[in-house]
Amino acid sequence: MVIVQHFVNALQWGSFYALIALGYTLVYGVLSLINFAHGDIFMVGAYIAFFVSTALLASDSFGLSHFQALSLTIPLTMLLTSCVGMTLERIAYRPLRRKGAHRLYVVITALMCGLVLENGNLALLGASRRTLPEMLDKVVYNIGGIAVTNLKIGVIFTALLVFVALQYIVTRTRMGMAMRAVSWDKFALPLMGIALDRVIVFTFVMGSGIAGLGGMLFAMSYPVLDPYMGSMVGWKAFIAAVVGGIGDIRGAFLGGFLLAFVEIMVAAFLPSTFRDLFAFTVLLLIMWQRPTGIFGAPQTTKI
Amino acid sequence: MRRYTLNIILALACIGLVLAASYDKLDSYVLTVLMSMGISIIFASSLNLVNGYMGEFSCGHGGFMCVGAYVGSVLSLICFSSNKMLGAALLPPTLAPWVFPFILLASGLAAAFFGLLVALPSFRTRGDYLAIITIAANYIIISLVENIDIIGGSRGLSGMKRTMNAMRDVADIPWMLIWVIIGTLVSLMLLRRLVSSTYGKGVPAIAQNEVAAEIMGVNTDRMKIVAFMLSSALAGVAGALYAHVFGYVNAQAFNILKSTEGMVMVYLGGMGSLSGSVLAAILFTLLVEGLRFGIPALDSLLHTVNVLPADFTLSQIWKWVLIPLMLILLMQFRPEGIMGNRELSGVFPRLRRWFTFR
Repeated sequence: MVIVQHFVNALQWGSFYALIALGYTLVYGVLSLINFAHGDIFMVGAYIAFFVSTALLASDSFGLSHFQALSLTIPLTMLLTSCVGMTLERIAYRPLRRKGAHRLYVVITALMCGLVLENGNLALLGASRRTLPEMLDKVVYNIGGIAVTNLKIGVIFTALLVFVALQYIVTRTRMGMAMRAVSWDKFALPLMGIALDRVIVFTFVMGSGIAGLGGMLFAMSYPVLDPYMGSMVGWKAFIAAVVGGIGDIRGAFLGGFLLAFVEIMVAAFLPSTFRDLFAFTVLLLIMWQRPTGIFGAPQTTKI
Repeated sequence: MRRYTLNIILALACIGLVLAASYDKLDSYVLTVLMSMGISIIFASSLNLVNGYMGEFSCGHGGFMCVGAYVGSVLSLICFSSNKMLGAALLPPTLAPWVFPFILLASGLAAAFFGLLVALPSFRTRGDYLAIITIAANYIIISLVENIDIIGGSRGLSGMKRTMNAMRDVADIPWMLIWVIIGTLVSLMLLRRLVSSTYGKGVPAIAQNEVAAEIMGVNTDRMKIVAFMLSSALAGVAGALYAHVFGYVNAQAFNILKSTEGMVMVYLGGMGSLSGSVLAAILFTLLVEGLRFGIPALDSLLHTVNVLPADFTLSQIWKWVLIPLMLILLMQFRPEGIMGNRELSGVFPRLRRWFTFR
C-alpha cells in the first residue's frame, strides 16, 4: 500500500519534470539549443499565475468564483509566459543565430538569461515569500488506503494531455512537419518556402506555455513561491530530457517520470539527503549503457 | 633576450606583489581579491582545456574543485590541527610550508581521479549527452560530500587557518599569496606546454574532427583521459587553494553556479584561448568586486536625479542582474568572446617584437 502511495506521488512529481522536460526537448529538437533559461521560465510562470490569480480574486468587481478564476488563470498564465519565452528568443537568441555564433555561446546566453530572470525577480519583488491563493477546493479521495487529492489527479492528467497534444502537433500537423524539417536541415527550409523564424517562435511559444502551465500547477501543489525554485527543477528536468533522449517528445515524458520515480523511491526508503546521490547515479548508469538516451537515435558521424 | 622578456616581467610583477604584501602595503581586502583572481584563473583556464581546446561541453567543473577543496582541507586538518573528528595533529607545525605543496598535489590527484567519472563515459558520448554526465557528476560529488558526516556534511568544514598560522610562525611572509601565484603560473605553464606540444595537438584535433583525428593516429581515448584528468586536477588544486585562502569550505559553494561561473569565464575569454581565459577571469573578478562598490554609488546617483522612488534601494542582488546582462550584451556584440580563439600574440601581432609566447 505504501508503495502505491509513493507511486502516485512519483507520478505527480514526474508530471512537473515531464512538463519542463517537454519544453527543453521541443527547443532542442528544433534548434539543437539547450535553453537553460527554461527552468526559470517555469518559475516566471508560477509568479505570473500568482499575480493573475491574486488580481482576479482580489477585486470584487469581477465577482468570480474560485473555479471561474482558475479557468481564467490557466490560459492567461500560459499566454503571458509564452510572451516571456518569445521575448527571450527575440532579443537574446535570434541576433546570435543570425550572426552565426558558435552554438555554445547561445547556450551561455541562455544561462545568463536564466540568471537575469531569477535574480531580477528577487531584486524587484524582494525576498518575501508569496503563496498562491487557493483556487481549487481540495477533495481527498481515499481509494483502498491511498490518499489522492483532486489536484494530484489533475496534475497527472494535464501532463498526459499535454504529451498527447504535443505528440499530435509534432507528428500530424503542418506546423509539426515544419518543426521536424528545421531539425532535419535548417538551410534547405527557406528554399521550401517555410518561414524559419515563425517555426522557431512557435516552438518557443509552445515550450514556454507548457512551462507556464507546469509552474502554475507546481505553485498550486506547493504554494510557496521562491525565485530560485526553477533553477534546481530546471536542471533536473534537463537531465531527465537527455536521459529520455533529447529531441524526442516520448523520451522527455518518460525521462521526467523515471527521474521522479527514482527520487521518490530513494527518499522513501533512505535518508532524503541521499536523494540526489542515488538519482544521479542511476541516471549516470543509464547514460553509460545507452549513451544517447532511451529513445535517442545513435549518433553517427559522416566521414 | 626576447625569449625571456615575458618571463622576466611576470617574475618581477609577482615579486613586486609578494614584497608589497609582506611589507603590508596591500590591505587584506585587496590581497583576498588578488588571490581569488588567481584561483579563478586556474579554474577558468583548466576548464578551457576541455571546453575550449577539446570542444566538449563540460558543465560540472565545480565538482572537481569541490573534491580538491575537501581533500586539501581534510589533509591539512589531519596533518596540522587537532580536531575532535580527525584526531590530533600528525606533524609538527614547523613542517607546514614543506608539506603544503604535497597537500596541493594530493588534492589535485584526488580530483583527477574523480575526473575519470567524466572521462570514461566521454569515450562513447559527445556533446550534450556528455554535458549532462558532467552535470550529474557535479551533483553526485556535492551530494556525496554532504552525506559524509565526518567532514562536516552540509555544515561545511573549517579550521584550515591553523595550517596557515603554522606557516606564518615559520616565516612571516604572505604564504597564501605565494602559493596562489605559484599554482597559477605552474598550471598556466602546464596547459600552455600541453596544447603547444606535438602530443597535445591531439586535443584540438579532437575538437575539429574526432574521427579524422583517430584516423590520423591520435589515440583519442587516451587524449581524452589526459585532458579530463589534467583539467580536473588543476581544478582540484584551485579548490585546495580556495579552501586555505578562505579557511572555510562548504559543498554548496561548488555547485552548478560555480561551474556556470567557470563556463562564463571560458566563453567570455574565447574558446581555445588561454590568454583569453586569464583575461576573462581577471575581468570577471574585477567586475564582481567593482560592483560591490558600484551599486551603492549607482543607487545614490539614481536617487539624486530622482529616477528611483525614494523607498527603493538598489541592493547587492542587482549585481547578479547586471553581470549577466552585461555578458548577454557582450555576446551580442562579440559572439566569439573577447579573444576569439586566438592568443594575445594573435590579437596584437606587434607584441611579438618584444615577447615570445610559449
